[in-house]
This record gives sequence, structure tokens and C-alpha cells, in this order.
Amino acid sequence: MSDAAEFSRGPLEGLIICPVCDATYQLQRPKNGERAVCTRCHKVLIAPRAKAGMQIIAVSIAVVVLIIAASVFPFLKISAGGRSNAVSILDAALTFTEGPMLVLALLTAGFIIFVPLLRMLLTLYVLVPVVLDRPPAEHAIAAFRFSEALKPWSMAEIFALGCAVALVKVADLATVDFGPAFWMFGVLVVLVIVQDGYMCKWSVWNSLEHPKRR
Amino acid sequence: MELVGTPKKTVTARAAGLVACTRCARAWPLETEVCGRCGAKLISRDVNSLQRVWALWLVGLMCYVPANLYPMLRTQQLFSVDESTIIGGAVELAQHGAFGIATIILVASVVIPLGKFWAIAFLALSVREKGGYASRHRLLMYEVVEYIGRWSMIDIFVVAILSALVQLQGLASITPGPAAFFFALSVIFTMLSAQSFDPRMIWDAQADTDEASGNG
Repeated sequence: MSDAAEFSRGPLEGLIICPVCDATYQLQRPKNGERAVCTRCHKVLIAPRAKAGMQIIAVSIAVVVLIIAASVFPFLKISAGGRSNAVSILDAALTFTEGPMLVLALLTAGFIIFVPLLRMLLTLYVLVPVVLDRPPAEHAIAAFRFSEALKPWSMAEIFALGCAVALVKVADLATVDFGPAFWMFGVLVVLVIVQDGYMCKWSVWNSLEHPKRR
Repeated sequence: MELVGTPKKTVTARAAGLVACTRCARAWPLETEVCGRCGAKLISRDVNSLQRVWALWLVGLMCYVPANLYPMLRTQQLFSVDESTIIGGAVELAQHGAFGIATIILVASVVIPLGKFWAIAFLALSVREKGGYASRHRLLMYEVVEYIGRWSMIDIFVVAILSALVQLQGLASITPGPAAFFFALSVIFTMLSAQSFDPRMIWDAQADTDEASGNG
């Protein structure tokens, strides 16, 4: 119990608690490129990288542009027996239009387009002032919390695999051509994954709590 | 932590009279209600978490039944109309020789959802009794459930893409069936159920066992 008493007596800011298994540690920030890992459950607690902020901002801007472009341009084009049909991602998301299916349409559109887009915008809103050494934006904390809560509901990469499956299903029914949006969406999925890899949540929370003074 | 002098024995925040913010990992005195850094609600151990897990789990399971009984896709080709359920569609694909895709569909729409129902139930039951499986295995299971659950949505997206794309007047058209609606709901509710589970309970059960065996 002596350890326990020691923890509660010191400044609480010098502690970090594993959110998965509740193990308590004295905080010691790892160097860039190194990781602090919980010894009990192996959850990565802190993983800072050099210039991560700038890279995340660059990737987020690219993703925002790509999402908007990819949802408007034609995505796939199908043709059989002289007839053809081209659709955009927005069309695909909004196919369920009858009765209760409308709810499904809104959900699909949300998972594929709006949630990823919103997350990127929130990330930009939170990170740009921090990276530029300005005081955090108004409500930055709420914005970052919302962005983190949305994370499991951002399903762009799942949609990409869904496309592959759909293509095989249609292949013997008609010929399929890829529109510009198809390639944009491919790049977008990779960028979203890259961005997740760069992001160290703890570092963001810490910099929001202790903004640098100019 | 690797980079911190490893304590001989892990001290939980609860034992140290602290409460963790599960969102930003900050430590606060046990009676604090809201995290001063990120504004998340603080609860040392969420006692109602299991009730929420079971309620959402049950709704998810209830939606999964009609998802498999009703047709997922309605394919109209010239004069024939073909309605296929999730499993029926996968079997059809396999008969056409597309075994890879049939496997993806079967894994994403049948194996993963059923595995998830079983895993969440197992975890929720196992934290009540002391001992049994090692925490590390149960945590791995929890992480797999959390990570993989979203991938079940793939079948919904396939239906969405197909129904938007295959609209060739008179030749062929595909429309979604009611199963799509129930399936999406089932995935959403199981995701919520898994999110409600408090993984710290896994470690509490283990710690209690260690203490009991140490005393006895």
C-alpha cells in the first residue's frame, strides 16, 4: 500500500493512468519516436512523433479536399447492352430511400462521408492553433472530445472493401468502369489510416491543457 | 510503461484513491466527477455498465434474426425476380465460383456478428465470477471485438453500392431488401454494447483472484 499512498500524495499532474486497466504510473514523457506502454495490458499510452502536428494538418487538409471531390464526381460506371449508369459515392450512400430505409440512407451517408469529413475538420480546428503555438481555439477541448467519440463510426475503409466485393458481384452482370472518384477514394482511405497512426491523443490533450505562451 | 521505472506491482488508480479519465488518461482524486482537462465524466468503476451492455446486446441480437430471415437484395433481370438472403447470396456466389468473395461475405455477416454476440456475453459473464481465464486473453478478446465489429457493416455498403449502381432500365436492377435495415441496426447496437463494457472490470476480477490465492 506504500506505493498507493505515494501516488495520491504527489501532484496528480505527474501521473498517468491506463484507461484500459486502471494501472497508475509516474508520468515520464518518452522521446519522439518512442512509446510509453502500459506494463499490465500493453496499451500504448503516449507515442509522440517529431513534427506530427504539421503532418496531421497536411494530411487532414488533403483528406477534406478528397472527401468532397470523391463524393461529387462519378465513382463507378456500369454498362450492359447499350445502357449505362454512373454513380457518385453520395448516390451510393443515399440509395435507401423508402420508409424506414431512409434512416439507413442517412446512416450510410454519415458513416462514409460526413463522419470522416467532420472528424478531419474538428482535427484541423483543434490542431492548427496548437501547432502554430497560439492559444487553443474556443471549445477546442469539446471539439477534440467529439472527434474522438466519432472515431469508431468513421467507416471509409470498410466502404472501400465493400466496393471490391460489389465489383466482383456485378462483374458477370455488366462491365464496370472506374470514375475519377474511385481513385480519389483509394488515396483517401490510405491517408485516413496514416493520420490515425500519427495522432498521439495524450500529446494533444496535454498541449490543450498547457498551451505554449507566445 | 517501458520508459518508466517499472513498479514491482501495479497499483490501480482505485487503490491509490484516484480516478482515471478514460478519455485522456489524467488522474484525479476519487470523488471528482468531471475531468478538468477534457470534460469527460469520471467513474472509477461503472457499476451500471453491465446492464447497458446486456440491454444493447439483446436489441442487437433481436435485430440479427430478421436480418437473416428477410431478403437482403432483390435482383430484377429481364423477366425474373430473384430475392436472396445474406446466407443465400453467399451460397449463390460460391456456386458461381467466387469463393473468395463468398468467404468475405460469410465472415463479415455471419461469423463476425455471431462471434461478437458470443464474445460480449462471455466477457460480461466472466467479470462476475472470480478467476477463470487470464486477463490478458480476455482483454485481447475485448480488443478484437471492439476493432472488428465495425467491419460487419461491409455487407450494408455492398448493398448500397449495388443498388445505386445496377439501375439499368429494363435490363437489370437491384434494390435493397428489409434485411439491410435490420442488419445495420444489429451492427450498430452490438458496437454500442461493446463500447459500454468497462474493460477495467476484467482486471479487477483477476486482481481479486490473485489476492484470494495469496491469502489462502
